[in-house]
Amino acid sequence: MEKPRLINRFVQPMRGLLHRFAYFGLIAAAFGLMIFGKVDALLMDRVRVHVVDAVAPILDALSRPAAAVDNAIVAGREFARIHEENATLRTEVEKLRQWESAARHLENENESLKTLLGWAPPPEAIFVTARVIADTGGTFVHSMIVGAGARDGVKKGLVVMTGEGLAGRIASVGNHSARLLLLTDLNSRIPAIVERTRTRAILVGDNTDRPRLVYLSDGGAVTASDRIVTSGHGGVFPPGLPIGVVISVAENGVLVKPFVERARLEFVRVVDFGLEGILEGSPPPRVEPAVRRRAARKEAAKPDEGTGR
Amino acid sequence: MKPTLGQQLDTQARRLVPAATTLILVLLAAVPSHVPGLARIVPLLALIGVYHWTAHRPDLMPARVVFAIGLFQDIIGGGPLGLYAAVFLLVHGGIVFQARFFVGKGFVVLWFGFALMSAAAAAAAWVVTALFHAALVDPTALVYQYLLTLGTFPILSRLFLRWHPVLVAES
Repeated sequence: MEKPRLINRFVQPMRGLLHRFAYFGLIAAAFGLMIFGKVDALLMDRVRVHVVDAVAPILDALSRPAAAVDNAIVAGREFARIHEENATLRTEVEKLRQWESAARHLENENESLKTLLGWAPPPEAIFVTARVIADTGGTFVHSMIVGAGARDGVKKGLVVMTGEGLAGRIASVGNHSARLLLLTDLNSRIPAIVERTRTRAILVGDNTDRPRLVYLSDGGAVTASDRIVTSGHGGVFPPGLPIGVVISVAENGVLVKPFVERARLEFVRVVDFGLEGILEGSPPPRVEPAVRRRAARKEAAKPDEGTGR
Repeated sequence: MKPTLGQQLDTQARRLVPAATTLILVLLAAVPSHVPGLARIVPLLALIGVYHWTAHRPDLMPARVVFAIGLFQDIIGGGPLGLYAAVFLLVHGGIVFQARFFVGKGFVVLWFGFALMSAAAAAAAWVVTALFHAALVDPTALVYQYLLTLGTFPILSRLFLRWHPVLVAES
């Protein structure tokens, strides 16, 4: 083993230098990618969705046992509280019966008023139900991957809901998977309205479980336990989708507890309300919503000419 | 004697164990746990893989593999592409350049090293994210994630140590 030692004397430092060079090159590449991703987010998204699409079947398979265990635990817990639950449900049914009659009354009234006004209804919503296959968690991003994609009619910017309320919107779409940006994410901004006072605001996610309500239109006429719903401004979310309740009003902001609990998300509804809205990368809407509505009304006045939607 | 094709394939498969296990950890961390509050602080499992294999078998966990694993983590996690690639590389480089401290040390020393390295990694990730989004992210969740990762390290590291005999000897 005499010869290798001699060679090693020269080769080892060279190899070390090369390794170091490669190492710093890779670090530079990582930062370069970050900067490039900031500049051309669309290209990065395209790369990303292809990879996520490729591993979606694995993620889907991995998420099933966890979901099964969770279902079993929930079932067990429910069984233990069945009597208690029955009693509360009975009182709730009692209360809801009264609400039902009120709702029926209002519905009839609403219907007749709508015909009086010649109101043009918004387009029918179409929805796709998708399973959450990955909760990509982390402290820096609040997003999930759902097992439905372009093949199933999911498009970028569609609204994601559960029975409880708004969960977020679709941020990128692959062929059979899509990324859902939760409303708690740092990049989430949702035009909202306080249901009771009709105060407009923007719901801003900040990577905590409690997004904040900012830019209140009349300087904070909000109290705890006020319901927050989407306002429909901006045309991404239709008005009136339930978001959450205000849990605290403090100097540094109004905190909102979303109705949708992240840990409970197993199946979500991806809803196409037929809105085009303002999204990054999409051209601005040609017609202002108010103008469009007026146009729609005119359209409705003269029959046999659909809006072509 | 030239090894047969089967032997060669077998060797290659064994060489891939570190990279493959770490990639699987990336996916495992993304499985929806349905435990309230856990999603935000789910441990950064891939970092454990990168650290363990770099400390024990740097020949099977070269920088380019670390880079690829980091990119995969970024793609699955949905964060800025390149963030975890850089962070994992920093941890990898820290071990390789401070090999005297890490190589051939006992488990407790390695765990201590992991505590330092993952703290540095978390801090670096936080700073880069703050710069990237030009916004300060609440660090509370990050602290809990760090503690959980630290607590998961012994479990995974012990498991990996058991597989060491399966790997081919260092060339």
